[in-house]
Amino acid sequence: MDLFFFSLFAFIALICAVNVVLQKHPISSALSLVGVMGSLAVLYLLLGAEFVAMAQVIVYAGAVMVLFIFVIMLLNAGIEEHRGRSWIAKLLGFPAFVALLGLLCWFVQRFFPNTGFVKFGDFTGGGAQEIGYALFTEYLLPFEVTSVLILIAIIGAIVLARKELD
Amino acid sequence: MEFLVITLIKLALITFIFMTTLAYLQWVERKVIAHVQVRMGPSRVGPHGLLQPLADVIKLITKEGVLPPHVNAGYYLLAPFLAVFMALISISIIPFGTGIDIPAMTFGGKTFGPYHTMMELASVNMGVLMILAVSSMGVYGIALAGWSSNNKYALLGGLRSSAQMISYELPMSLAIASPLLMAGTLQLRGIADSQAGFYLGFVPKWAIFQMPAPQIFAFIIFMISAFAETNRIPFDLPEAENELVAGFHVEYSSMTFASFFMAEYANMVTVCSVGTLLFLGGWQPLWPAALGSNFVAPAIFLGAGLICLYHGLNPARPFDRYTLPVFAVVFFGLAGLMAFPPLVPVLTPLFWFLAKVGFLLFVFIWIRATLPRFRYDQLMSFAWKFLFPAALLNLLVTGFLVALVS
Repeated sequence: MDLFFFSLFAFIALICAVNVVLQKHPISSALSLVGVMGSLAVLYLLLGAEFVAMAQVIVYAGAVMVLFIFVIMLLNAGIEEHRGRSWIAKLLGFPAFVALLGLLCWFVQRFFPNTGFVKFGDFTGGGAQEIGYALFTEYLLPFEVTSVLILIAIIGAIVLARKELD
Repeated sequence: MEFLVITLIKLALITFIFMTTLAYLQWVERKVIAHVQVRMGPSRVGPHGLLQPLADVIKLITKEGVLPPHVNAGYYLLAPFLAVFMALISISIIPFGTGIDIPAMTFGGKTFGPYHTMMELASVNMGVLMILAVSSMGVYGIALAGWSSNNKYALLGGLRSSAQMISYELPMSLAIASPLLMAGTLQLRGIADSQAGFYLGFVPKWAIFQMPAPQIFAFIIFMISAFAETNRIPFDLPEAENELVAGFHVEYSSMTFASFFMAEYANMVTVCSVGTLLFLGGWQPLWPAALGSNFVAPAIFLGAGLICLYHGLNPARPFDRYTLPVFAVVFFGLAGLMAFPPLVPVLTPLFWFLAKVGFLLFVFIWIRATLPRFRYDQLMSFAWKFLFPAALLNLLVTGFLVALVS
Protein backbone atom coordinates (compact mmCIF):
# COMPACT_ATOMS: atom_id res chain seq x y z
CA MET A 1 0.00 0.00 0.00
CA ASP A 2 2.76 2.42 0.99
CA LEU A 3 4.75 1.44 -2.08
CA PHE A 4 1.70 1.99 -4.29
CA PHE A 5 1.11 5.49 -2.92
CA PHE A 6 4.81 6.27 -3.14
CA SER A 7 4.95 5.24 -6.79
CA LEU A 8 1.74 7.12 -7.58
CA PHE A 9 2.77 10.41 -6.02
CA ALA A 10 6.39 10.17 -7.16
CA PHE A 11 5.01 9.72 -10.69
CA ILE A 12 2.64 12.70 -10.28
CA ALA A 13 5.50 14.81 -8.91
CA LEU A 14 7.69 13.95 -11.90
CA ILE A 15 4.92 14.61 -14.43
CA CYS A 16 4.14 17.96 -12.81
CA ALA A 17 7.83 18.87 -12.65
CA VAL A 18 8.25 18.20 -16.39
CA ASN A 19 5.02 20.10 -17.01
CA VAL A 20 6.41 23.20 -15.22
CA VAL A 21 9.04 23.46 -17.97
CA LEU A 22 6.88 22.40 -20.91
CA GLN A 23 3.85 24.63 -20.28
CA LYS A 24 3.83 27.89 -22.21
CA HIS A 25 1.53 29.86 -19.95
CA PRO A 26 2.96 31.10 -16.61
CA ILE A 27 -0.24 30.21 -14.70
CA SER A 28 -0.10 26.61 -15.96
CA SER A 29 3.55 26.35 -14.92
CA ALA A 30 2.80 27.78 -11.49
CA LEU A 31 -0.09 25.35 -10.99
CA SER A 32 2.11 22.43 -12.03
CA LEU A 33 4.57 23.60 -9.40
CA VAL A 34 1.73 23.48 -6.85
CA GLY A 35 1.19 19.87 -7.95
CA VAL A 36 4.88 19.12 -7.33
CA MET A 37 4.69 20.68 -3.85
CA GLY A 38 1.55 18.72 -2.98
CA SER A 39 3.00 15.40 -4.15
CA LEU A 40 6.20 16.07 -2.22
CA ALA A 41 4.09 16.69 0.89
CA VAL A 42 2.46 13.27 0.42
CA LEU A 43 5.92 11.69 0.05
CA TYR A 44 7.03 13.33 3.32
CA LEU A 45 3.88 12.01 4.97
CA LEU A 46 4.61 8.48 3.71
CA LEU A 47 8.11 8.71 5.17
CA GLY A 48 6.71 9.67 8.60
CA ALA A 49 7.61 13.37 8.55
CA GLU A 50 4.11 14.65 9.38
CA PHE A 51 5.12 18.12 10.46
CA VAL A 52 7.31 18.75 7.42
CA ALA A 53 4.50 17.54 5.15
CA MET A 54 1.99 19.98 6.62
CA ALA A 55 4.52 22.82 6.68
CA GLN A 56 5.27 22.08 3.02
CA VAL A 57 1.60 22.48 2.08
CA ILE A 58 1.03 25.56 4.27
CA VAL A 59 4.20 27.44 3.31
CA TYR A 60 4.93 26.42 -0.28
CA ALA A 61 1.60 25.37 -1.80
CA GLY A 62 -0.52 27.69 0.33
CA ALA A 63 1.52 30.87 0.65
CA VAL A 64 4.49 31.06 -1.75
CA MET A 65 2.67 29.71 -4.79
CA VAL A 66 -0.43 31.83 -4.08
CA LEU A 67 1.86 34.87 -4.15
CA PHE A 68 3.37 33.66 -7.45
CA ILE A 69 -0.07 33.30 -8.98
CA PHE A 70 -1.11 36.64 -7.50
CA VAL A 71 1.83 38.36 -9.19
CA ILE A 72 1.24 36.58 -12.52
CA MET A 73 -2.42 37.62 -12.40
CA LEU A 74 -1.51 41.17 -11.39
CA LEU A 75 0.95 41.59 -14.27
CA ASN A 76 -1.48 39.71 -16.55
CA ALA A 77 1.40 37.80 -18.14
CA GLY A 78 0.42 36.21 -21.44
CA ILE A 79 1.57 33.11 -23.28
CA GLU A 80 5.31 32.92 -23.78
CA GLU A 81 6.37 33.60 -27.33
CA HIS A 82 8.53 31.09 -29.13
CA ARG A 83 11.86 32.43 -30.16
CA GLY A 84 14.04 30.46 -32.53
CA ARG A 85 16.17 28.02 -30.58
CA SER A 86 19.87 28.07 -31.29
CA TRP A 87 21.30 25.05 -33.14
CA ILE A 88 23.73 24.40 -30.25
CA ALA A 89 20.78 23.83 -27.91
CA LYS A 90 19.12 21.52 -30.44
CA LEU A 91 22.33 19.59 -31.02
CA LEU A 92 23.70 19.33 -27.48
CA GLY A 93 20.52 19.52 -25.37
CA PHE A 94 19.67 15.87 -25.06
CA PRO A 95 23.27 14.52 -24.83
CA ALA A 96 24.07 17.09 -22.14
CA PHE A 97 20.95 16.05 -20.21
CA VAL A 98 21.95 12.37 -20.35
CA ALA A 99 25.51 13.25 -19.32
CA LEU A 100 24.25 15.27 -16.34
CA LEU A 101 21.97 12.41 -15.26
CA GLY A 102 24.88 9.96 -15.54
CA LEU A 103 27.10 12.24 -13.51
CA LEU A 104 24.44 12.52 -10.80
CA CYS A 105 24.06 8.73 -10.64
CA TRP A 106 27.80 8.32 -10.43
CA PHE A 107 28.04 10.81 -7.54
CA VAL A 108 25.30 9.02 -5.59
CA GLN A 109 26.94 5.63 -6.22
CA ARG A 110 30.35 6.98 -5.28
CA PHE A 111 29.52 8.83 -2.06
CA PHE A 112 26.46 6.97 -0.68
CA PRO A 113 27.09 3.36 -1.75
CA ASN A 114 25.40 1.60 1.19
CA THR A 115 22.26 3.66 1.70
CA GLY A 116 19.94 0.75 0.95
CA PHE A 117 16.17 0.87 0.50
CA VAL A 118 13.83 3.13 2.41
CA LYS A 119 11.43 1.26 4.72
CA PHE A 120 8.08 2.98 5.08
CA GLY A 121 6.91 3.43 8.66
CA ASP A 122 10.37 3.08 10.23
CA PHE A 123 10.74 6.72 11.10
CA THR A 124 8.48 8.05 13.86
CA GLY A 125 10.26 11.23 14.99
CA GLY A 126 8.42 13.55 12.60
CA GLY A 127 5.87 15.02 15.01
CA ALA A 128 5.71 18.66 16.08
CA GLN A 129 7.20 17.87 19.50
CA GLU A 130 10.28 16.09 18.13
CA ILE A 131 10.88 18.83 15.57
CA GLY A 132 10.57 21.46 18.29
CA TYR A 133 13.05 19.68 20.58
CA ALA A 134 15.50 19.23 17.71
CA LEU A 135 15.24 22.88 16.66
CA PHE A 136 15.80 24.27 20.14
CA THR A 137 18.55 21.91 21.28
CA GLU A 138 20.71 20.39 18.57
CA TYR A 139 20.05 22.87 15.78
CA LEU A 140 19.62 26.02 17.87
CA LEU A 141 22.41 28.01 16.19
CA PRO A 142 21.36 27.32 12.57
CA PHE A 143 17.74 28.03 13.55
CA GLU A 144 18.56 31.42 15.08
CA VAL A 145 20.94 32.32 12.25
CA THR A 146 18.17 31.53 9.73
CA SER A 147 15.74 33.77 11.61
CA VAL A 148 18.27 36.62 11.54
CA LEU A 149 18.77 36.01 7.80
CA ILE A 150 15.02 36.22 7.20
CA LEU A 151 14.86 39.42 9.28
CA ILE A 152 17.61 40.95 7.11
CA ALA A 153 15.71 39.91 3.99
CA ILE A 154 12.50 41.53 5.30
CA ILE A 155 14.31 44.78 6.12
CA GLY A 156 15.99 44.71 2.70
CA ALA A 157 12.62 44.24 0.99
CA ILE A 158 11.13 47.18 2.90
CA VAL A 159 14.11 49.42 2.07
CA LEU A 160 13.87 48.52 -1.64
CA ALA A 161 10.11 49.07 -1.68
CA ARG A 162 10.44 52.48 0.01
CA LYS A 163 13.05 53.57 -2.52
CA GLU A 164 10.56 52.80 -5.28
CA LEU A 165 7.90 54.90 -3.56
CA ASP A 166 10.04 58.05 -3.15
CA MET B 1 -13.15 -5.15 7.53
CA GLU B 2 -15.06 -3.85 10.58
CA PHE B 3 -13.11 -0.61 10.34
CA LEU B 4 -13.94 -0.28 6.66
CA VAL B 5 -17.69 -0.85 7.16
CA ILE B 6 -17.90 1.52 10.12
CA THR B 7 -15.93 4.18 8.25
CA LEU B 8 -18.19 3.84 5.20
CA ILE B 9 -21.29 4.20 7.38
CA LYS B 10 -19.83 7.26 9.08
CA LEU B 11 -18.83 8.68 5.70
CA ALA B 12 -22.35 8.29 4.31
CA LEU B 13 -23.91 9.79 7.47
CA ILE B 14 -21.57 12.78 7.62
CA THR B 15 -21.91 13.48 3.89
CA PHE B 16 -25.70 13.36 4.04
CA ILE B 17 -26.01 15.48 7.18
CA PHE B 18 -23.38 17.97 6.06
CA MET B 19 -24.94 18.47 2.62
CA THR B 20 -28.39 18.95 4.14
CA THR B 21 -26.93 21.41 6.64
CA LEU B 22 -25.31 23.39 3.83
CA ALA B 23 -28.59 23.60 1.93
CA TYR B 24 -30.56 24.64 5.01
CA LEU B 25 -27.94 27.11 6.17
CA GLN B 26 -29.00 29.19 3.18
CA TRP B 27 -32.60 29.06 4.39
CA VAL B 28 -31.57 29.97 7.96
CA GLU B 29 -29.49 32.87 6.66
CA ARG B 30 -32.32 34.25 4.55
CA LYS B 31 -34.80 33.87 7.41
CA VAL B 32 -32.55 35.47 10.05
CA ILE B 33 -31.61 38.42 7.82
CA ALA B 34 -35.27 38.85 6.88
CA HIS B 35 -36.31 39.00 10.52
CA VAL B 36 -33.48 41.42 11.38
CA GLN B 37 -34.79 43.67 8.60
CA VAL B 38 -38.43 43.15 9.72
CA ARG B 39 -39.38 41.09 6.64
CA MET B 40 -40.89 37.62 6.29
CA GLY B 41 -38.14 35.91 4.31
CA PRO B 42 -38.88 32.81 2.20
CA SER B 43 -42.44 31.71 3.03
CA ARG B 44 -44.05 30.36 -0.16
CA VAL B 45 -42.41 26.99 -0.83
CA GLY B 46 -43.55 24.68 1.92
CA PRO B 47 -44.47 25.76 5.47
CA HIS B 48 -42.32 28.78 6.46
CA GLY B 49 -40.35 28.31 3.24
CA LEU B 50 -38.83 25.07 4.55
CA LEU B 51 -38.77 23.46 1.11
CA GLN B 52 -37.04 26.50 -0.43
CA PRO B 53 -33.52 24.91 -0.31
CA LEU B 54 -34.85 21.86 -2.17
CA ALA B 55 -36.46 24.08 -4.79
CA ASP B 56 -33.24 26.08 -5.13
CA VAL B 57 -31.17 22.93 -5.62
CA ILE B 58 -33.57 21.64 -8.31
CA LYS B 59 -33.54 25.04 -10.00
CA LEU B 60 -29.74 25.21 -10.02
CA ILE B 61 -29.29 21.65 -11.29
CA THR B 62 -31.78 21.99 -14.13
CA LYS B 63 -30.51 25.40 -15.31
CA GLU B 64 -28.36 25.48 -18.39
CA GLY B 65 -24.66 25.63 -17.61
CA VAL B 66 -23.30 28.27 -19.94
CA LEU B 67 -19.68 28.00 -21.00
CA PRO B 68 -18.81 31.51 -22.18
CA PRO B 69 -16.68 31.49 -25.38
CA HIS B 70 -13.98 33.81 -24.07
CA VAL B 71 -13.00 31.83 -20.95
CA ASN B 72 -9.99 29.58 -20.42
CA ALA B 73 -12.18 26.47 -20.37
CA GLY B 74 -9.92 24.04 -18.48
CA TYR B 75 -9.22 26.27 -15.52
CA TYR B 76 -12.73 27.73 -15.66
CA LEU B 77 -14.18 24.27 -15.00
CA LEU B 78 -11.43 23.26 -12.56
CA ALA B 79 -11.92 26.29 -10.28
CA PRO B 80 -15.35 25.47 -8.74
CA PHE B 81 -14.27 21.86 -8.30
CA LEU B 82 -11.14 22.96 -6.42
CA ALA B 83 -13.13 25.37 -4.25
CA VAL B 84 -15.65 22.71 -3.21
CA PHE B 85 -13.01 19.99 -2.75
CA MET B 86 -10.88 22.12 -0.44
CA ALA B 87 -13.96 23.29 1.49
CA LEU B 88 -15.39 19.81 2.06
CA ILE B 89 -12.16 17.97 2.90
CA SER B 90 -11.61 19.60 6.29
CA ILE B 91 -14.90 18.39 7.76
CA SER B 92 -13.47 14.84 7.68
CA ILE B 93 -11.11 15.52 10.59
CA ILE B 94 -13.49 17.51 12.82
CA PRO B 95 -14.54 15.50 15.91
CA PHE B 96 -18.22 16.13 16.71
CA GLY B 97 -18.36 14.52 20.13
CA THR B 98 -17.07 11.72 22.32
CA GLY B 99 -16.93 8.05 21.32
CA ILE B 100 -19.91 5.84 20.51
CA ASP B 101 -20.20 2.37 22.03
CA ILE B 102 -22.37 -0.01 20.05
CA PRO B 103 -23.27 -3.11 22.10
CA ALA B 104 -22.96 -6.61 20.61
CA MET B 105 -25.91 -7.62 18.45
CA THR B 106 -27.02 -10.96 17.01
CA PHE B 107 -28.44 -11.19 13.49
CA GLY B 108 -29.41 -14.62 12.19
CA GLY B 109 -27.03 -16.54 14.41
CA LYS B 110 -24.08 -14.22 13.79
CA THR B 111 -22.85 -11.90 16.51
CA PHE B 112 -21.63 -8.46 15.57
CA GLY B 113 -19.69 -6.13 17.80
CA PRO B 114 -19.32 -4.73 20.34
CA TYR B 115 -17.93 -1.77 18.45
CA HIS B 116 -16.33 1.39 19.71
CA THR B 117 -15.89 4.31 17.37
CA MET B 118 -15.13 8.00 17.63
CA MET B 119 -17.38 10.73 16.25
CA GLU B 120 -15.03 11.78 13.46
CA LEU B 121 -13.98 10.35 10.13
CA ALA B 122 -10.22 10.48 10.63
CA SER B 123 -8.15 11.23 13.70
CA VAL B 124 -5.12 13.15 12.47
CA ASN B 125 -2.16 13.89 14.75
CA MET B 126 -1.59 17.18 12.97
CA GLY B 127 -5.28 18.10 12.92
CA VAL B 128 -4.84 21.84 13.41
CA LEU B 129 -2.04 22.07 10.85
CA MET B 130 -4.09 20.09 8.35
CA ILE B 131 -7.00 22.51 8.75
CA LEU B 132 -4.61 25.42 8.15
CA ALA B 133 -3.06 23.68 5.13
CA VAL B 134 -6.40 22.92 3.50
CA SER B 135 -7.77 26.39 4.18
CA SER B 136 -4.64 27.94 2.68
CA MET B 137 -5.18 25.86 -0.48
CA GLY B 138 -8.80 27.03 -0.73
CA VAL B 139 -7.77 30.33 -2.30
CA TYR B 140 -6.80 28.61 -5.56
CA GLY B 141 -10.43 27.98 -6.46
CA ILE B 142 -11.36 31.65 -6.19
CA ALA B 143 -8.16 33.00 -7.73
CA LEU B 144 -8.39 30.64 -10.70
CA ALA B 145 -12.08 31.38 -11.19
CA GLY B 146 -11.27 35.07 -11.32
CA TRP B 147 -8.37 34.67 -13.71
CA SER B 148 -9.82 32.10 -16.12
CA SER B 149 -13.06 34.04 -16.62
CA ASN B 150 -11.19 36.59 -18.78
CA ASN B 151 -13.30 39.36 -17.33
CA LYS B 152 -11.85 42.41 -15.62
CA TYR B 153 -14.36 42.34 -12.76
CA ALA B 154 -13.71 38.66 -12.13
CA LEU B 155 -9.95 39.21 -12.30
CA LEU B 156 -10.17 42.02 -9.74
CA GLY B 157 -12.25 39.78 -7.49
CA GLY B 158 -9.72 36.97 -7.77
CA LEU B 159 -6.81 39.31 -7.05
CA ARG B 160 -8.57 40.78 -4.04
CA SER B 161 -9.40 37.37 -2.65
CA SER B 162 -5.85 36.04 -2.89
CA ALA B 163 -4.39 39.16 -1.28
CA GLN B 164 -7.05 39.11 1.43
CA MET B 165 -6.72 35.43 2.23
CA ILE B 166 -2.92 35.57 2.46
CA SER B 167 -3.11 38.61 4.73
CA TYR B 168 -5.74 37.24 7.09
CA GLU B 169 -4.18 33.80 7.29
CA LEU B 170 -1.33 35.22 9.41
CA PRO B 171 -3.41 36.65 12.30
CA MET B 172 -5.61 33.56 12.11
CA SER B 173 -2.66 31.16 12.46
CA LEU B 174 -1.21 33.22 15.30
CA ALA B 175 -4.57 33.30 17.07
CA ILE B 176 -4.84 29.51 16.67
CA ALA B 177 -1.29 29.04 18.02
CA SER B 178 -1.97 30.56 21.45
CA PRO B 179 -4.58 28.05 22.74
CA LEU B 180 -2.29 25.31 21.37
CA LEU B 181 0.37 26.47 23.83
CA MET B 182 -1.98 25.65 26.69
CA ALA B 183 -3.38 22.45 25.20
CA GLY B 184 0.06 21.06 24.30
CA THR B 185 -1.20 18.98 21.36
CA LEU B 186 -2.13 19.47 17.71
CA GLN B 187 -4.85 16.83 17.72
CA LEU B 188 -8.33 18.39 17.65
CA ARG B 189 -9.79 15.79 20.02
CA GLY B 190 -6.91 16.27 22.46
CA ILE B 191 -7.39 20.04 22.39
CA ALA B 192 -11.09 19.71 23.22
CA ASP B 193 -10.33 17.18 25.97
CA SER B 194 -7.75 19.51 27.52
CA GLN B 195 -10.55 22.03 28.16
CA ALA B 196 -12.62 19.67 30.34
CA GLY B 197 -13.31 20.56 33.96
CA PHE B 198 -14.47 23.60 35.91
CA TYR B 199 -13.01 26.30 38.10
CA LEU B 200 -14.80 26.84 41.46
CA GLY B 201 -17.22 24.12 40.42
CA PHE B 202 -19.04 26.15 37.76
CA VAL B 203 -16.72 28.26 35.53
CA PRO B 204 -15.87 26.09 32.50
CA LYS B 205 -12.19 25.56 31.67
CA TRP B 206 -12.68 26.51 28.02
CA ALA B 207 -9.69 28.17 26.38
CA ILE B 208 -11.38 31.58 26.51
CA PHE B 209 -11.60 31.29 30.32
CA GLN B 210 -8.63 28.99 30.99
CA MET B 211 -5.88 30.05 33.37
CA PRO B 212 -3.07 31.17 33.14
CA ALA B 213 -3.88 33.10 29.95
CA PRO B 214 -7.57 33.43 29.01
CA GLN B 215 -7.75 33.41 25.21
CA ILE B 216 -10.66 35.82 24.77
CA PHE B 217 -8.61 38.17 22.56
CA ALA B 218 -7.30 35.29 20.47
CA PHE B 219 -10.91 34.17 20.00
CA ILE B 220 -11.99 37.61 18.80
CA ILE B 221 -9.01 37.84 16.41
CA PHE B 222 -9.78 34.33 15.15
CA MET B 223 -13.40 35.20 14.47
CA ILE B 224 -12.50 38.44 12.64
CA SER B 225 -9.98 36.58 10.47
CA ALA B 226 -12.53 33.82 9.91
CA PHE B 227 -14.91 36.37 8.38
CA ALA B 228 -12.17 37.41 5.97
CA GLU B 229 -11.09 33.85 5.18
CA THR B 230 -14.62 32.80 4.27
CA ASN B 231 -15.23 36.00 2.24
CA ARG B 232 -18.19 37.04 4.34
CA ILE B 233 -19.56 40.51 4.97
CA PRO B 234 -17.97 42.82 6.20
CA PHE B 235 -14.95 41.38 4.31
CA ASP B 236 -16.63 40.12 1.13
CA LEU B 237 -14.54 42.33 -1.16
CA PRO B 238 -13.98 39.53 -3.75
CA GLU B 239 -17.69 39.58 -4.60
CA ALA B 240 -18.58 43.18 -3.78
CA GLU B 241 -21.74 43.66 -5.86
CA ASN B 242 -21.74 47.43 -6.05
CA GLU B 243 -18.20 47.76 -7.41
CA LEU B 244 -17.37 44.40 -9.06
CA VAL B 245 -20.80 43.25 -10.35
CA ALA B 246 -20.40 39.86 -8.66
CA GLY B 247 -16.65 39.53 -8.38
CA PHE B 248 -14.91 36.27 -9.12
CA HIS B 249 -18.05 34.27 -10.00
CA VAL B 250 -19.57 36.75 -12.46
CA GLU B 251 -19.12 34.39 -15.45
CA TYR B 252 -20.47 31.28 -13.72
CA SER B 253 -23.94 29.82 -14.02
CA SER B 254 -25.94 26.80 -12.88
CA MET B 255 -24.12 24.24 -10.68
CA THR B 256 -20.66 25.77 -11.16
CA PHE B 257 -22.11 28.98 -9.69
CA ALA B 258 -23.81 27.07 -6.88
CA SER B 259 -20.62 25.21 -5.99
CA PHE B 260 -18.92 28.48 -4.97
CA PHE B 261 -21.77 29.13 -2.55
CA MET B 262 -21.57 25.56 -1.30
CA ALA B 263 -17.85 26.09 -0.69
CA GLU B 264 -18.55 29.33 1.17
CA TYR B 265 -21.09 27.70 3.49
CA ALA B 266 -18.88 24.62 4.00
CA ASN B 267 -15.98 26.90 4.94
CA MET B 268 -18.24 28.70 7.39
CA VAL B 269 -19.25 25.45 9.10
CA THR B 270 -15.63 24.28 9.24
CA VAL B 271 -14.31 27.52 10.66
CA CYS B 272 -17.07 27.61 13.29
CA SER B 273 -16.30 24.00 14.26
CA VAL B 274 -12.59 24.81 14.60
CA GLY B 275 -13.40 27.88 16.70
CA THR B 276 -15.64 25.77 18.92
CA LEU B 277 -12.98 23.07 19.35
CA LEU B 278 -10.11 25.45 20.01
CA PHE B 279 -11.72 28.18 22.09
CA LEU B 280 -15.17 27.10 23.32
CA GLY B 281 -14.24 23.70 24.70
CA GLY B 282 -15.70 21.55 21.94
CA TRP B 283 -18.39 19.37 23.48
CA GLN B 284 -17.68 20.37 27.11
CA PRO B 285 -20.91 21.73 28.66
CA LEU B 286 -21.32 25.31 29.88
CA TRP B 287 -21.83 24.19 33.48
CA PRO B 288 -21.18 20.84 35.20
CA ALA B 289 -23.50 17.85 34.86
CA ALA B 290 -23.87 17.92 38.65
CA LEU B 291 -25.73 21.23 38.25
CA GLY B 292 -27.98 19.76 35.59
CA SER B 293 -26.33 20.55 32.23
CA ASN B 294 -27.55 17.17 30.93
CA PHE B 295 -31.15 18.41 31.12
CA VAL B 296 -30.59 21.47 28.93
CA ALA B 297 -31.08 19.65 25.62
CA PRO B 298 -34.36 17.89 26.56
CA ALA B 299 -35.63 21.09 28.19
CA ILE B 300 -34.93 23.20 25.09
CA PHE B 301 -36.61 20.70 22.74
CA LEU B 302 -39.52 20.25 25.15
CA GLY B 303 -39.98 24.03 25.31
CA ALA B 304 -39.82 24.33 21.51
CA GLY B 305 -42.39 21.54 21.19
CA LEU B 306 -44.72 23.19 23.70
CA ILE B 307 -44.49 26.56 21.92
CA CYS B 308 -45.25 24.88 18.57
CA LEU B 309 -48.19 23.01 20.10
CA TYR B 310 -49.61 26.19 21.67
CA HIS B 311 -49.41 28.14 18.41
CA GLY B 312 -50.79 25.17 16.51
CA LEU B 313 -53.84 25.13 18.77
CA ASN B 314 -54.26 28.93 18.49
CA PRO B 315 -53.33 29.37 14.81
CA ALA B 316 -52.46 32.84 13.52
CA ARG B 317 -52.61 31.59 9.90
CA PRO B 318 -54.86 28.84 8.59
CA PHE B 319 -52.08 26.38 7.69
CA ASP B 320 -50.46 26.72 11.13
CA ARG B 321 -53.18 24.37 12.42
CA TYR B 322 -51.59 21.50 10.50
CA THR B 323 -47.88 22.36 10.26
CA LEU B 324 -47.05 23.40 13.80
CA PRO B 325 -48.35 20.26 15.59
CA VAL B 326 -46.13 18.21 13.28
CA PHE B 327 -43.12 20.24 14.39
CA ALA B 328 -44.27 19.85 18.01
CA VAL B 329 -44.24 16.06 17.63
CA VAL B 330 -40.74 16.19 16.06
CA PHE B 331 -39.44 18.34 18.92
CA PHE B 332 -41.04 16.06 21.56
CA GLY B 333 -39.38 13.09 19.87
CA LEU B 334 -35.97 14.83 19.93
CA ALA B 335 -36.49 15.73 23.61
CA GLY B 336 -37.29 12.09 24.34
CA LEU B 337 -34.15 10.93 22.51
CA MET B 338 -31.99 13.45 24.38
CA ALA B 339 -33.38 12.28 27.74
CA PHE B 340 -33.19 8.53 26.93
CA PRO B 341 -30.56 7.30 29.47
CA PRO B 342 -28.47 4.98 27.19
CA LEU B 343 -28.13 7.76 24.61
CA VAL B 344 -27.28 10.59 27.05
CA PRO B 345 -23.46 10.10 27.00
CA VAL B 346 -23.49 10.21 23.18
CA LEU B 347 -26.12 12.84 22.41
CA THR B 348 -25.38 15.38 25.16
CA PRO B 349 -21.80 16.16 23.96
CA LEU B 350 -23.07 16.19 20.37
CA PHE B 351 -25.80 18.64 21.41
CA TRP B 352 -23.34 20.99 23.12
CA PHE B 353 -20.97 20.89 20.14
CA LEU B 354 -23.72 21.56 17.61
CA ALA B 355 -25.22 24.27 19.83
CA LYS B 356 -21.91 26.14 19.97
CA VAL B 357 -21.30 25.74 16.23
CA GLY B 358 -24.86 26.90 15.59
CA PHE B 359 -24.35 29.94 17.79
CA LEU B 360 -21.16 30.91 15.91
CA LEU B 361 -22.95 30.43 12.57
CA PHE B 362 -25.73 32.67 13.86
CA VAL B 363 -23.11 35.31 14.72
CA PHE B 364 -21.84 35.09 11.12
CA ILE B 365 -25.35 35.72 9.77
CA TRP B 366 -26.11 38.36 12.39
CA ILE B 367 -22.97 40.33 11.43
CA ARG B 368 -23.93 40.06 7.77
CA ALA B 369 -27.26 41.69 8.54
CA THR B 370 -25.62 44.38 10.68
CA LEU B 371 -22.33 45.67 9.27
CA PRO B 372 -21.60 47.41 5.95
CA ARG B 373 -18.67 46.36 3.75
CA PHE B 374 -15.12 47.59 4.40
CA ARG B 375 -13.15 49.53 1.83
CA TYR B 376 -10.24 47.58 0.32
CA ASP B 377 -7.43 49.71 1.81
CA GLN B 378 -9.17 49.66 5.21
CA LEU B 379 -9.29 45.87 5.00
CA MET B 380 -5.56 45.58 4.33
CA SER B 381 -4.38 48.14 6.86
CA PHE B 382 -6.69 46.61 9.49
CA ALA B 383 -5.08 43.20 8.94
CA TRP B 384 -1.46 44.33 8.90
CA LYS B 385 -1.46 47.30 11.27
CA PHE B 386 -3.85 46.12 13.94
CA LEU B 387 -4.83 42.45 13.78
CA PHE B 388 -1.39 40.99 13.11
CA PRO B 389 0.46 42.90 15.89
CA ALA B 390 -2.40 42.19 18.29
CA ALA B 391 -2.24 38.45 17.55
CA LEU B 392 1.54 38.49 17.92
CA LEU B 393 1.31 40.28 21.27
CA ASN B 394 -1.32 37.84 22.46
CA LEU B 395 0.90 34.89 21.49
CA LEU B 396 3.87 36.47 23.30
CA VAL B 397 1.90 37.09 26.51
CA THR B 398 0.37 33.61 26.40
CA GLY B 399 3.77 31.97 25.89
CA PHE B 400 5.24 34.00 28.75
CA LEU B 401 2.43 33.14 31.17
CA VAL B 402 2.43 29.44 30.22
CA ALA B 403 6.21 29.26 30.70
CA LEU B 404 5.89 31.08 34.05
CA VAL B 405 3.30 28.66 35.40
CA SER B 406 4.82 25.36 34.22
